[in-house]
Amino acid sequence: MEYIDILLSANFWAAAIRIATPLIFGVLGALVCERAGVLNLGIEGIFVVGAMCGWMAVWLGAGLWGGVLIAALAGAFFGLLHGILTVPLGLSQHVSGLGITMFATSVSYFAYRTALPDVSSPPRIEAFQPLDIPVLSELPFIGPALFQQTPMTFLALALVLLVSYMLYRTPLGLAIRAVGDNPSAVEAQGLPVFALRIGAIMAGSALMALGGAFLTMSAFDAFFFGMINGRGWICIALVVFASWRPGKALLGALLFGAFDAFQIRLQNEVGAVIPSQVFLMIPYLLSIVALVLVARKADYPRALLQPYFRGQR
Amino acid sequence: MAAVWSAALHNYFFQGVCMFATRLNGLVRHYVLASVALFAAIITVCSPAKILASEPLKVAAIYTVPVEQQWVGRIHKALSAAAERGDIAYVYSENTANTDYERVMREYAEAGHRLIVGEAFAVERATRSVASEYPETAFLMGSSFPPAEPNFAVFDNFIHEPSYLSGMIAGAKSRSGKIGMIGGFAIPEVNRLMHAFMNGAKATNPDVTFTVNFINSWYDPPKAKETAYAMIDAGADVLYAERFGVSDAAMEKGIFAIGNVIDTASDYPNTILASAIWHMEPTVDTAIAAVKANDFKAEDYGKYSFMGHGGGALVVDETLVDAELLGKVKAVEASILDGSFTVDINDEEPKSSN
Repeated sequence: MEYIDILLSANFWAAAIRIATPLIFGVLGALVCERAGVLNLGIEGIFVVGAMCGWMAVWLGAGLWGGVLIAALAGAFFGLLHGILTVPLGLSQHVSGLGITMFATSVSYFAYRTALPDVSSPPRIEAFQPLDIPVLSELPFIGPALFQQTPMTFLALALVLLVSYMLYRTPLGLAIRAVGDNPSAVEAQGLPVFALRIGAIMAGSALMALGGAFLTMSAFDAFFFGMINGRGWICIALVVFASWRPGKALLGALLFGAFDAFQIRLQNEVGAVIPSQVFLMIPYLLSIVALVLVARKADYPRALLQPYFRGQR
Repeated sequence: MAAVWSAALHNYFFQGVCMFATRLNGLVRHYVLASVALFAAIITVCSPAKILASEPLKVAAIYTVPVEQQWVGRIHKALSAAAERGDIAYVYSENTANTDYERVMREYAEAGHRLIVGEAFAVERATRSVASEYPETAFLMGSSFPPAEPNFAVFDNFIHEPSYLSGMIAGAKSRSGKIGMIGGFAIPEVNRLMHAFMNGAKATNPDVTFTVNFINSWYDPPKAKETAYAMIDAGADVLYAERFGVSDAAMEKGIFAIGNVIDTASDYPNTILASAIWHMEPTVDTAIAAVKANDFKAEDYGKYSFMGHGGGALVVDETLVDAELLGKVKAVEASILDGSFTVDINDEEPKSSN
């Protein structure tokens, strides 16, 4: 059966992980923000900023890891903006987030066009290449599926562990979770609610920007306007799917990557019979089904979407 | 001399006002007015005699995507060339949202641009109604529908002829007999080129099979690349690269690709066998001449993209294609040019072979 063959091929799993990588960054970032009680709908725009800044930095000679750093800093800057609007000013998180998305997208394009006013196609950079890890890369099946990825994929996986450890095993993580559940209690402990929330949004936005940077520095080697193509929004849904837990977030991203990789291969196999649009729908449809199955029992941060004002109950 | 200065200043001032107005209206939009205006101003100042003879025709273009996009890039190139020759004063507005298209059209029409070039695909009704309100302005729009009297002419990328020829090469070069085709959206502009390509491939290799895949985006190279990998896994050894990202995967995996609309062969050495190129110059230059002669009609300019008018061309990497095959292709090309062979136009969505 050819469907089974698809699932049994190492290339399929390698593709699933490649497609999942930007989502892993994005969903982790959204998770950190929301754990601190702030929804960040700026994610789609912050992806664009990360994609543009990381690539532009490399093109200007910053080196690949320098580009990663600059993308993260640019993401954190827009996180700061979102943080100031939603935390001390207590504005609507939806409106501010969507505003950040539009603003960040426009500013990225403006900067791109100012730097490159007259190009017929965007300049290419030397992107990250898949690593060749001795022994591991040569393992049958697992080697090509898991260990022939670019360094940014391994960074994403490492960050899942790091965020998980930070949230559940450190005092800082406890404070962040608490500020998203019951900010008054955090205040009563003498901890700075605003600083914790803004810090979490900045860190989360930096992670989101890395998701964008992956697209221009690993998955491809140039920046095109519109290439984010809704990946940020998928992360917002994946956070709910993951019940705000990093491990499940990784699982959700991988599941979506697998759906998409499967969809592409299925379109090749039976594209003559079924319209192509049906296949394009599949990952999103399956995501909704998964969401319904998993998220009904979702344990969301209690203070999510609620601005905190000092001295108010 | 005073008249010259006033003309130049008027020109420049006007561009400034225009620029200011649009700045207010959108952050994304970018206007390259100053350089063209300055250039025009310098030319007029330097040669006072010329200005009375011919003032350049004011042409505006409205694109829904950045000018890096292959398709609008061809229009932009042709108009820029005309501006450099001094035939026209060219301004443009890129990345215009479809919801904003009508407003930008009106702005340019009100500002006195004599010819407005653009793409009406997603805004057919709106653009046609705007055009009918400005009967003095000539509109030349990319469209899948017929022209509209009195001033709405249409064009499209009718490069099915070179696509057919590139298909002949692809069919002959495929060892596995499997060709992968990756497109943006299944719309007539894409479909007709894919069908022509497929017919060409079948002409040289009757047993060839195709897998067709649409990524539902004009601009998602990572996704196009993933799709290409999947096709290569399934045995394809020639890819039809309708989108950015496909040729990258082909080069990485050491197989061949066929280019479309633009020539990217130099970016992908030893990968691009041939490309079907679109030249907008015949279309644009014909329209400019017609407006200048006050003879612009609501015509279908599609034919100016045909090979016979120089609007379509095939470029071949002769280090990858042997002389015998090239001879065959050239023979068909000649029969297209002399009219003895016609490439079918089929706008239906192409399907994978079973």
